[in-house]
Amino acid sequence: MAETLVVFDDIVKSFGDVIAVDRMSLDIRKGEFLVIMGSSGCGKTTTLRMLAGLDAPTQGEIRLGGHRINELPTWKRDTPMVWQSLALFPFLDVLRNVEFGLKMRGTDKATRRRKAMDWLERLGIAEFARRDISQLSGGQRQRVALARSLVTEPEILLLDEPLSSLDAHLKVRMQAILSGLQKDLGITFVYVTHSQSEAFSMGDRIVIMSRGRIEQIGAPVEIYRTPHNHFVAEFLGSSNIFRGRVVSVDGGLVSIETGRGRFRVTGSGAGTAQEGTSTVFVVGNDRMVLSQDRPADAGNFLEGRVIGEEFIGATVTIHMETGDGQEIRAQKSHGEIAHLNTNVGERIFASWQPESAYVLPGEIDGPP
Amino acid sequence: MNRNRLIDWGLRAYVVLAFAFVFAPIAASFVFSFNVDRFPSLPLGGFSLRWYEAIAEDPLVWEGLRNTMVVGICASVISTTLGFAAAYTDFRYRFFGKPVYLALALLPPTIPVVIMGLAMLAFLSRVNLSGEIHSVIISHVVMCSPFAMAIIRLRLSQMDPSLEAAAWNLGAGEWRALFHVIVPFARPAILAALFITMAVSFDEFAVAWFVSGLNETLPVRVLGFLQGQVSPRINAIGTIVFLTTMTLVILAQVLLMRRLGRVEEMPRTDEA
Repeated sequence: MAETLVVFDDIVKSFGDVIAVDRMSLDIRKGEFLVIMGSSGCGKTTTLRMLAGLDAPTQGEIRLGGHRINELPTWKRDTPMVWQSLALFPFLDVLRNVEFGLKMRGTDKATRRRKAMDWLERLGIAEFARRDISQLSGGQRQRVALARSLVTEPEILLLDEPLSSLDAHLKVRMQAILSGLQKDLGITFVYVTHSQSEAFSMGDRIVIMSRGRIEQIGAPVEIYRTPHNHFVAEFLGSSNIFRGRVVSVDGGLVSIETGRGRFRVTGSGAGTAQEGTSTVFVVGNDRMVLSQDRPADAGNFLEGRVIGEEFIGATVTIHMETGDGQEIRAQKSHGEIAHLNTNVGERIFASWQPESAYVLPGEIDGPP
Repeated sequence: MNRNRLIDWGLRAYVVLAFAFVFAPIAASFVFSFNVDRFPSLPLGGFSLRWYEAIAEDPLVWEGLRNTMVVGICASVISTTLGFAAAYTDFRYRFFGKPVYLALALLPPTIPVVIMGLAMLAFLSRVNLSGEIHSVIISHVVMCSPFAMAIIRLRLSQMDPSLEAAAWNLGAGEWRALFHVIVPFARPAILAALFITMAVSFDEFAVAWFVSGLNETLPVRVLGFLQGQVSPRINAIGTIVFLTTMTLVILAQVLLMRRLGRVEEMPRTDEA
């Protein structure tokens, strides 16, 4: 495993009565692209600001390269940040914006000019060196902000939702630039976002936060396929969630009684379930099989009616509702549903293999 | 659109009249300052610069002008500095009693000048600072700082608060961030504040009259003239003071319009 660069050790941050970050412990590895994801107010930006030195933790210790940095003011750390608003200086031209960090650190004029130009060239905006910030497009400003933060050659770069103001097409291009840059430089990126697509396309590891706590840390696929708890599964929205009671455990085969019937689960995680406990299992949207006829296998299926469909590029997500009101989502390719009648109100069956269901380890023995 | 022509013309006439009432006396003073006659009467007697020559030869006018300049420059520099500090405090910090702080900082222009003048005289003589040119400077700083603060505060309110934090984050300590980010950002407003406060100080009569003693500023000298005799020299001085003040105010306006008017645009999303 890679060397650890930053350690958050039992960090609490409160603003008056509001606890923004609640006893968080997190190791950030050298050279990784770490994405902190969560909805607004979950503490992700506060976490980043504490790392940058803009907010001080109320409790706990932050260590950078093994040294406590709680009391180190931001201007003495080398933790540059790319701001959501970009925070470019409007009264300076592009080159002077990029030079700013070097100037503040006392680098001589010739060196800082050369380094700044190198970065502008590397990011393909050298021709705009003498332009005002107001003359640049959104994508060009992004690059200026990146160059300004990277010009001091830091070992860690912090990014606070830097792509949120770009349109979708430009977002994808900037994502590619960011990923490429991070791999080339080999430095640590800590990226805060509420966008799943940004997190999953760039992150080596993803931290999911909610209400100041970490809900799960893991590689994108790991989080996607094996969410730790109900919150993560619901937040990602990529799985159908079922709550029930474990009625029998037979080796790797678990039977779970829900309000909608008894289902068999053999997927990973099933082995940890215990008879008599309540639990939650999930089935990925893309693992659902749709049919117009009642499935022959009497096991894992639900009957419902189509309530809508949603096109996302090459896939279609069919939304259906069971008799008792649970919404089921099935994500399919256009070919897979071509033979089905998916008009709203049509009767439809969703079924799945027992090995496609996954028992959430964070919900074992949870409340019924 | 169909508009009632009567109302249309009525409104226009109203605007013209309003401006006429404001500017006619000033224009009259301007015109008569170049009139050869001793008393303002129509028809005009003929063009002459004799009243300007007369004031140019009067050492008391020169003394007054010198005092006005010294007071104006000192008062504008000090009150702009104070106003900037007060505006920055408001921008940067949250503290208990902030609304009271703001109200007090913006209060002086609402105090009647006669009361202000009396209070200043009473206070300054008690601390042995009255009757000198610095008494006028101190009083004018009190009166001008709120204007400076209001102008600079408006500019700072347009600033993305993360700009300053971004400067810290890039290695600038608090003082360096202040001089490399806050001051450059506020520069047009700082210059405008310098001009406006200088104009306010140039024109100010009542308080200066109370505290200046023998160090009369130009407006106080004008009153001296008026008490002695009605002379077209007053028109000449008035024209000079008016032109100076208007130049300062217009300079300030131009600065504010050019920079404050320009809303910081949102980043465009197209790739140019």
